[in-house]
Amino acid sequence: MKRVVYFLPLIVLAILGGFFLKGFDLNPRELAKMLEGQPVPEFDLKPIKGRDDGFKNTDLLGEVSLVNIFGSWCVSCQVEHPFLMEIKKKGLVPIHGIDWRERNPDDGPRWLAKHGDPYTRVGDDPESKAAIAFGVSGAPESFLVDKQGIVRYKHVGPVTPDVWQKVLWPLIQELRKR
Amino acid sequence: MTRLALLLAALLATLPAFAVEPNEILKDPALEHRARDVGQALRCVVCQNQSIDDSNAELARDMRILVRERILKGDSDRQVLDYMVSRYGDFVLLDPPFKATTYALWFGAPLIVLLGLGGVLLFYRRRNADGAEIPDEPAPLSAEEKRRLEALFKEDGR
Repeated sequence: MKRVVYFLPLIVLAILGGFFLKGFDLNPRELAKMLEGQPVPEFDLKPIKGRDDGFKNTDLLGEVSLVNIFGSWCVSCQVEHPFLMEIKKKGLVPIHGIDWRERNPDDGPRWLAKHGDPYTRVGDDPESKAAIAFGVSGAPESFLVDKQGIVRYKHVGPVTPDVWQKVLWPLIQELRKR
Repeated sequence: MTRLALLLAALLATLPAFAVEPNEILKDPALEHRARDVGQALRCVVCQNQSIDDSNAELARDMRILVRERILKGDSDRQVLDYMVSRYGDFVLLDPPFKATTYALWFGAPLIVLLGLGGVLLFYRRRNADGAEIPDEPAPLSAEEKRRLEALFKEDGR
């Protein structure tokens, strides 16, 4: 009994240490993925300048697709952009864009003209209406949606070849079979 | 008069600075007051350590506007908070809800304090029980010592 009491401080420290170690692996940007397993929220966005297709939640029914939150102001979006272009070129999965919080309605279209446009549909979201409905806290974020319009996976940060290989592509193939 | 004005200005300067901008404020003061209550309870998901009322992040501003829109539509404060939780999870509430997943959060700190107090109590009780710190009663004189003592007294001629 005495022994145990002597080691108590060490034990408590070890438990706390365990919590802190776990903390190293947590990404504070990655909030609860509330929407996974839920239908996509209702939204109805106007098209961005120079395009005539708006983007609303019912557009997501019938096929597996990726919804990507981006903005011309967002640096990490430039990181993932070439890879999104590659996905489009190979026709792997349709990607829809939500152009989030552009200061100026020309910014998004200009950015897409410069870097290429990987999107099937693009909605303009200047007041974060869709962004908040999706529970977005930063850009880029991507949501994988199944044929029934249910969100199956949320990815925070750039879509890298690594995430694509390990998570997104296998999941897309899985969802297409259903 | 200037003094009074200065005093008032100084007092006003101690009020918390809100990020809520004049053009966001609702005309009805009662509704605005409710929007402030809700805004104070919601965490800005960009800065993560401020309420949306205190944050200058653009997303926080959009959230403040959304809170006001929902209140104008007739949502109760609870309904607005629930909507945000359904999008962002419990993390968006600055005051975490009391449920199984947050027990560690609620009980952790008090538990550690209790453990510490328990340790201190134990330490003192032990110390007194052992009597280690209290000097022993001096041993009674042996027969030999008594004899020598008496011899010494005699020498003094008392």
